[in-house]
Amino acid sequence: MNRMLTAVAALLSLSIAPALAQNYPTKSVTMIVPFAAGGPTDIIARIVNEHMSRVIGQQIIVENVAGAGGTTGIARAAAATPDGYTIMMGHMGTHGAAPALYPNLKYNPATDFAPIGLAAGTPILIVARKTLPAKDLKEFIAWAKAEGEKANHAYAGVGSVSHITGVLLNSVLGTKPTMIPYTGTGPALNDMISGQVDYMTDQIVNVVAQVRGGNIKAYAIALPERSPALPDVPTTKELGLDYQVSAWNAIFAPKGTPPAVVAKLADALDKALDDQKTKDRLLELGGVIPDKAGRTPEALQKLVESELARWTPVLKAAMAAGKK
Amino acid sequence: MDLVTNLAHGFGVALSLQNLGLCFVGCMVGTLIGVLPGVGPVATIAMLLPITFGLPPVGALIMLAGIYYGAQYGGSTTAILVNIPGEATSVVTTLDGHQMAKQGRAGIALGVAAIGSFFAGCVATVFIAALAQPLTKLAQLFGPAEYFSLMVMGLVFSTVLARGSIFKAILMVLLGLLLATVGTDLETGQERMTLGIQSLSDGIDFAPLAMGIFGFSEIVKNLENPEARDVVRNKIGRLLPGWEDIKQSIMPVLRGTFIGGLLGILPGSGAVLGPFASYAIEKKVAKDPSRFGKGAIEGVAGPESANNAGAQTSFIPLLTLGIPPNAVMALMVGAMTIHGIIPGPQVMTKNPDLFWGMIASMWIGNLMLVIINLPMVGMWVKLLKVPYRMMFPAIGIFCCIGIYSINNASEDVLFTAFFGFVGYVLLKFGFEPAPMLLGFVLGKLMEEKLRQALILSRGSFTTFIERPVSLGLLILAVVILLLALLPSFSKQREEVFTE
Repeated sequence: MNRMLTAVAALLSLSIAPALAQNYPTKSVTMIVPFAAGGPTDIIARIVNEHMSRVIGQQIIVENVAGAGGTTGIARAAAATPDGYTIMMGHMGTHGAAPALYPNLKYNPATDFAPIGLAAGTPILIVARKTLPAKDLKEFIAWAKAEGEKANHAYAGVGSVSHITGVLLNSVLGTKPTMIPYTGTGPALNDMISGQVDYMTDQIVNVVAQVRGGNIKAYAIALPERSPALPDVPTTKELGLDYQVSAWNAIFAPKGTPPAVVAKLADALDKALDDQKTKDRLLELGGVIPDKAGRTPEALQKLVESELARWTPVLKAAMAAGKK
Repeated sequence: MDLVTNLAHGFGVALSLQNLGLCFVGCMVGTLIGVLPGVGPVATIAMLLPITFGLPPVGALIMLAGIYYGAQYGGSTTAILVNIPGEATSVVTTLDGHQMAKQGRAGIALGVAAIGSFFAGCVATVFIAALAQPLTKLAQLFGPAEYFSLMVMGLVFSTVLARGSIFKAILMVLLGLLLATVGTDLETGQERMTLGIQSLSDGIDFAPLAMGIFGFSEIVKNLENPEARDVVRNKIGRLLPGWEDIKQSIMPVLRGTFIGGLLGILPGSGAVLGPFASYAIEKKVAKDPSRFGKGAIEGVAGPESANNAGAQTSFIPLLTLGIPPNAVMALMVGAMTIHGIIPGPQVMTKNPDLFWGMIASMWIGNLMLVIINLPMVGMWVKLLKVPYRMMFPAIGIFCCIGIYSINNASEDVLFTAFFGFVGYVLLKFGFEPAPMLLGFVLGKLMEEKLRQALILSRGSFTTFIERPVSLGLLILAVVILLLALLPSFSKQREEVFTE
């Protein structure tokens, strides 16, 4: 009798774990977005979530935990129970640049997560005040080199996309402009429209309306192909500048999340990115949707590793130069 | 002519049954969250964002806008009744509003606040419709140097806020500035004065500080002498302002609307400065400034009008330029973007439905708010009759829920408790919290703008006097300071003479 009970118990315990994963999800899923509501990453998360919720049959609820360039929210999500009910939207800052910028970072982007998949990227534009004399990218590069420290380069605070991508641009150009810190893209754009600062780099969704309205000008888009959102803006590839960068956003789960759960979420993400309405909404933002091969958990893991390798030296050099 | 046809078009959009309903829901929700201490429009709009997915964009934005300016109405209710400012803009209302409530004039204070806000809202709406475009240019005049000088002027106002010693008020402003420097350094990314606490890395939030220093310390103070509290309960006078009150409020409302509307256009803390500036002006022009801080009706009418006018005009940079001037407007940008409208200079021509529909809805919303709020005055005032042993735990719980909802962080609740203790100690020593909050609110922006201006000028301080707008603001600040200090000198002389 006793033996039978143990056997039953053993059988049960064997079958329970996979069964839980099989039934997943039985309640709503929380997605931690490590930025304030209304920003580009938040918007992409909400657009993708809408269809993903439909596929998994449970609501995915966005919880905004902003702070310290997104690392506060990601640190919290990384420490959550890995049962698939807490996932997160990471991006190039939290999972690429953060280790170089935050020496006390509480997580390792490459080893502390179960990647689910790349959601969407937003390409980076090089924009400038409309009164800047340079007419095109070539003239702009010449101008930046001639001005040196006299050029005023705006960015939206340490660790922001505009900071990371701006530092990269300056290192590619080999220039050292004066960097003007702002607390967000909005105030930086405001000062660029009124001509106080010269140039910056930022995500297309943040600047597209100002470029279309003629308040600022765009020299190039850092993509291999032109964006349908701004077809007149040439690419850095066409112009022969080695500056290819887009602010990618990707879904991660904490390390130890059951593989069946990860697979289910990855499948939901894949279906969402194939959904026409979701696609249209992302494209309207100027977003770049990854192809089938680029959406898998394996591809995301590779991306994180290559991004870490790309940003760490550039940013460490820039931070060291800034401290002197 | 254009304006009339455009407005007519706007009203056509806003008066559709669905949009009217959404506007009403927004105003109602806004009033409620304004009344609940702690729960602010940012958290609410963020929570409601997913619900607006299914709505047409114009309707969704009309509703979200309603929540924002509705909250400004509701925020004054808690400031007056229980001395808790729900928003930075209602800090000033606590000064005289709560004193009025203590004198049994809560209904009058609430009524004047509602009527003043309604008037300011209407005027500001017309302002936006007629002058949005040229006013955008005004905001463009403000670079980092100008902002810094504006903040300096704002700090000078704080000396006027003081009910007691000016010296103590200045100390409190400095403490506020100091608290504002906690957090990550803008330029280097280094953490300053965070004591290694991670949730301090982005600085201290306004809500925990204000709730703690006003709300919690007020509760503790009242527990100390429950008798004083009962006096308030027994003295409830008339509910709505009489002719005499209205007459006293007309000029403050006009001045408040003008100054609040103007400052509201400026991105950043512009809208916050409005009520402070209005209060300072009222106290200056009053025949007997000593009544201020003891329940002067002008001290409620002016600032309340200023904050509502500012709430409306802060839509200008968003609607005409697509640049959000504050956190709520940043959420509105998000809401528009989710609906496929990327806010920018073309919204007015490309989405006239949205632009003019929203402006028209603001006017309708203000009308709805006054209709919702005036009859509720009686109900709110009755709340004062609730025995304190029941009221105080309720306020405490609502504060905690509200604080938690802002960042979904339990540390914030602990901070509130800590600041409550600090606030109580300060009260005991006769220091007033309002100047500190002003210093805190202005401090962050002031430091940021000072550093930007100095980086842009490559370290030259003359930038502040070389730029005409900045110079003008600094001169104005000096004049206000002199005006504030002169009477206290002459008073001292008088006192000497009477002895």
